[in-house]
Amino acid sequence: MSILELNDVHAYYGKIHALKGVSLTVEKGEIVSLIGGNGAGKTTTLRTICALMRPTVGSVTFNGENLERYKPSALTAKGIAMVPEGRGVFARMTVLENLEMGAFHRKDKEIGDDIDRIYELFPRLKERRTQLAGTMSGGEQQMLAMGRAMMSRPSLLLLDEPSMGLAPVLVEAIFSTIVDINKQGTTVLLVEQNALMALNIADRGYVLQTGAIALSDSAKALQQNEMVQKVYLGIE
Amino acid sequence: MTLTQRLRGIDWISAALWVFRAVIIILVIVGTVRKLFLGVGTQYTTQDWLDFISSGLSQGGLYALIALGYTMVYGVLFMINFAHGEFFMSGALTSTMLVASTLSRSGFMNEQPIIYLVIVTVAAVLTSMAVALLTERVAYRPLRRAPRLVPLITAIGASFFWQYFFRGLFGSEIKPFPVPAILEGWITIAGITFLKVRFVTLVASLIALILLYLFIMKTKTGKAIRAVAEDKDVATLMGIDVDRTIAMTFAVGAGMAGIAAILWALVFRQAHFYMGFVPGIKAFTAAVLGGIGSIPGAALGGLFLGLIEAVGPPLFLEGLGIPAAHQLKDVTAFTLLVLILIFRPQGIIGERLAEKKA
Ligand SMILES: Nc1ncnc2c1ncn2[C@@H]1O[C@H](COP(=O)(O)OP(=O)(O)OP(=O)(O)O)[C@@H](O)[C@H]1O
Ligand SMILES: [Mg+2]
Repeated sequence: MSILELNDVHAYYGKIHALKGVSLTVEKGEIVSLIGGNGAGKTTTLRTICALMRPTVGSVTFNGENLERYKPSALTAKGIAMVPEGRGVFARMTVLENLEMGAFHRKDKEIGDDIDRIYELFPRLKERRTQLAGTMSGGEQQMLAMGRAMMSRPSLLLLDEPSMGLAPVLVEAIFSTIVDINKQGTTVLLVEQNALMALNIADRGYVLQTGAIALSDSAKALQQNEMVQKVYLGIE
Repeated sequence: MTLTQRLRGIDWISAALWVFRAVIIILVIVGTVRKLFLGVGTQYTTQDWLDFISSGLSQGGLYALIALGYTMVYGVLFMINFAHGEFFMSGALTSTMLVASTLSRSGFMNEQPIIYLVIVTVAAVLTSMAVALLTERVAYRPLRRAPRLVPLITAIGASFFWQYFFRGLFGSEIKPFPVPAILEGWITIAGITFLKVRFVTLVASLIALILLYLFIMKTKTGKAIRAVAEDKDVATLMGIDVDRTIAMTFAVGAGMAGIAAILWALVFRQAHFYMGFVPGIKAFTAAVLGGIGSIPGAALGGLFLGLIEAVGPPLFLEGLGIPAAHQLKDVTAFTLLVLILIFRPQGIIGERLAEKKA
C-alpha cells in the first residue's frame, strides 16, 4: 500500500481550475520530487494533500485511508507535516516556541528530547533559540521550518520549494538534511523549481504542467529526458 | 531651486496636519502652564491631584480589561468586534439581576463579602463568555470568508440585538448593584488616600492583566491563539483547530470583560442594558491608542486613557479657561481617539490599523 495516493484530483480557486486531474503515488521510504514551472499547481497539490484545500473531484488517500473525513488540523497527528512555501515561521514567536508549535498535538514526554535532536541537526537554531523567528535570515528560517515540521514526528514530510531564495551552499546543506531525514525513515514529497537538485536526491519524480502531470518516471530517467533537460534543467 | 518650485514640493495636507498637531500641543502646554503657574480656574490641593490620578488609573484599568477583548479578536480575525461592549454589559446586568441582588437581600453579601464578590464575578464572567461564544458561532463564523465590511456591520447588528435582548429580559430601568459594606469608604496606603472600590478595582485589574499576559505567553492555548493570529493556514498545519482557537479568543476576551463588568458595577453601583456602549467605545479607543492587536498595548492604552481623562480636564482644559471642564471627560477621550486615528493609527506600540492585512 502506498503511503500517499492522489487519484484524479481537481481543485479550484473560485473559477480558476488549478488542478486538472492530478494522480500520483508516493511509496513508504521514498523521496519523490514534484517539479514544474511557476503556476503549474505544485503548491496547490500540497495544499490539497494537507486538506487546506479540498479536491472538488478525486481523492487523497494516506496509508489507504481517504482523508476527506478528517479535519485539516487532525492530519498532523496522522503523520503528515508540511514546510510551506515561504517557510511560514511564526515571526513573532521565538525559535523555541516555533519548535514547540510543531509538537502541538503531542502529549508525550519526549518533546524535549526531540527539540535537542533538532538542535543537533541545526546547531544554528540552538544558538538562536530565544530569538524571534521573524528576525532570522532566510536560511535560518528554512531550517526552523524544517525542524518545526520534524517536531510532529511525521511519516510523510511535504516540502514546498525549500531552496527558494537561498545561497547555493545553503541549498546543498538543506538538501543533504532532507536526505538524512529520509534515511531516518521519513517519506518525503519534495516540490521544487530547482529540478537539478531535486532529481539528484529523489528516487522518482513527477513533472507538473498547468495543473496536470505531464511526465512521471524514476529520477534518473527524468534527468535524461529531453523535455525535462530543455525546460527544467536548462540543457540545450 | 526657485521659491515656487520649493512651494510646489510641499505636501499641503501633511503641512496642515503638522500645524494642527503643533496647535494642539501648544494648547495643552499653555493650559497646563496657566493652570499650574498662573492659578487659572479652581485651585486643587495635592490630595485632589492624587485623587484625579488614582481614580484615573483605576478607571484606566477597567478600560484596559475591556480593551483586551477588542485587541485579541482583532489579532486573530482583523475585525473590530463592536458587540464587545455588549459582552461586558451582559455580564454585569445578568449577575446583578440573578445573583447579586438575591445574595444581598438574603444578607449573604455582608456575611461573606469575599465569597459574594467571587460568586458575582464568576456569574458575570460565565454570562459574558456564553454571550460571546454564541455571537461568534452564530453571527461571525459563517462570515469568516466574507469581505471585511460584512462582519463589521454584523457586529453592530449583534450589538443592538444584545442590548434589546437584555432590555427585554430585565427591563430598561437602572438596577442598583449591591456593594458589600467592607468596600465602603476610604483606605490610606503610603500616605495616599483612595476610595476603597477604586483601589480594589486597580489592583484587581492589574492582576487580571498580568494573568492574561502569562496565559497568552506561556500556556498551550495562549500559544495557539498567537499562532492563529500570525497565520491560520500554518497554525492548521501544526494541528491547531483554528475555529476552536478563535472561539477561545472570544471567550477569553469576554471573560476579561466580565471581570471588568463587576468592577465597573462596584464603582458605579448600577447596571443597565445600555451600560456597554460608552465603556465599549472608550476601550476601543484604548486599544487603538496602544496599537490594536497588541496585548501590552491595550493595557497601556487603557491606563493612559483613564489617566488623561481624569487629569486632562482639570489640568489643561481648565487652564484654558473652559468652564465646567470636569464634564468634558468623554470629549477628552474621543478627541484623543480622533487625534490618534489621524496622526498615529499604529498606536503607541502597535501596528498600523489600515495597513494590517487580512
Ligand atoms: N489564492 C489563489 N487564488 C486564485 N488563484 C490562485 C491562488 N493560488 C494559486 N492560484 C492559481 O492556481 C494556479 C496554481 O498555483 P500554485 O500556487 O499551485 O502554483 P505553483 O506551481 O506552486 O507555482 P510557484 O512555483 O510559482 O509557487 C496558478 O495559476 C495560480 O495563479
Ligand atoms: Mg508554489
